[in-house]
Amino acid sequence: MNLFADAFAWLFSPDRLTGSHPLPTAIAEHLFYTFVSVAIAAVVAVPLGYLVGHTRRGRDIAVALAGAGRAVPSFGLILLLVLVFGVLHKPAAAITAFVLLAIPSILAGAYTGIEAIDRAVIDAGRAVGMTQWQVFRKIEVPLSLPLVMAGIRSAVLQVVATVTLAAYVGLGGLGFYIIQGVPLRRFDQILGGAIAVVILALVLDGIFALLERVATPRGVTAGRRNPSEPHRATNKEVMEQIENYAVEQIN
Amino acid sequence: MTWVANNLDLIASLTAAHLKQSALPIILGLLISIPLGWLAFRYRFTRGLILTTSGLLYTIPSLALFALLPPLLGISFLSVANLVIALTIYAVAIMVRSVADALASIDPSVRSAAAAMGYGSWRQFWAVELPLAGPVILAGLRVAAVSTISLATVGILIGVENLGYLFTNGLQRRIVPEVLAGVIAVMLIALIVDLLLAAIGRLLMPWVPGRRSGRRALQSHVVNP
Repeated sequence: MNLFADAFAWLFSPDRLTGSHPLPTAIAEHLFYTFVSVAIAAVVAVPLGYLVGHTRRGRDIAVALAGAGRAVPSFGLILLLVLVFGVLHKPAAAITAFVLLAIPSILAGAYTGIEAIDRAVIDAGRAVGMTQWQVFRKIEVPLSLPLVMAGIRSAVLQVVATVTLAAYVGLGGLGFYIIQGVPLRRFDQILGGAIAVVILALVLDGIFALLERVATPRGVTAGRRNPSEPHRATNKEVMEQIENYAVEQIN
Repeated sequence: MTWVANNLDLIASLTAAHLKQSALPIILGLLISIPLGWLAFRYRFTRGLILTTSGLLYTIPSLALFALLPPLLGISFLSVANLVIALTIYAVAIMVRSVADALASIDPSVRSAAAAMGYGSWRQFWAVELPLAGPVILAGLRVAAVSTISLATVGILIGVENLGYLFTNGLQRRIVPEVLAGVIAVMLIALIVDLLLAAIGRLLMPWVPGRRSGRRALQSHVVNP
């Protein structure tokens, strides 16, 4: 376990705050690339996923896209785009790769989020006179939020891991310490960098797990405790909402 | 595409190495995740422990896992063993959950029926639970196989040569078709293995209805419960 002691010594050394690649800068770079890419991907994929879920069209394409996305080697995609965009546009090339890798899981979260809603709830909304838009805004969006957040959470994890690899093309971030350490045989640096990446990934995952919970409408426990009856609580909650809505309309 | 035509031998040998390095983690992953998944399904205590651990392992970025394993296991950083063990961990992390979910999705009355017929828990597992859980486990296996094959390319960063070699070599020599060929080859292998697993699943589990007949079976089930 000597190596771990060395790694922590490296990680907490005052040298990490100075030099050409200080640790805080590397963390900031890593977070910057992750959030920018996931935000762009969400802006593209959430509306698209909602469109697929709401219209029930293009589902096969979305499923195929999610499957193909898993097969794309992320490391290869970054290097390919860096070559194609030109070395001068490395950040743009890398962010494009991250966005492309983040889109399938967010897309899947958005359309399954709407698909998982019991049809009876949507029909009930229509029955009390909700317009298409109201069904979407008052039923489908709130009920799909937990799964949308789950999709974003897994996209964040994937991008954090991929940003680490992007240090190979000189993008910075925490992967820099690992990649630079390999030819130098600096195992304290490799392990220290790895520990920093793991902590970052775990913290982000924890934050997004929390956001997922916050995004869950009160009373909705879809798939939480008993996966065999995911919709019961959902329906009850939304039926109440619809009743309230109907009461509002009558008043 | 002349690059591809001129380097078919290289691509073929890298593909062979790639398949060899991916096959072991996929098979090991399945063998390990079935008992672990069963434990996660059977006892509440082990369920939390196993699913949380596998979830946490899955969040570890691959490059970081390559760096963590050597000091923990006493293996070399730049080695095939490091890659294979890391990929096995990811495969288990993916499959454990699907095994546990698959076992949980079995109708409890089927279990009661098996128990009433005098099946002990060992025989019940092999003769009733595993066949019924098979389709969901297969779905998990296919996801794990595809992501293992695509993730294996990262091995080039720890000096393990497979199709990932085409990425780094292509970047250094600035040959776009080489990198592109690598990406496409990986996706093709992943697709072929995926289809192969689906076909094997159909052979081993003929009782699982296909997509179309499945819908029909479902309808008849709904009409005639």
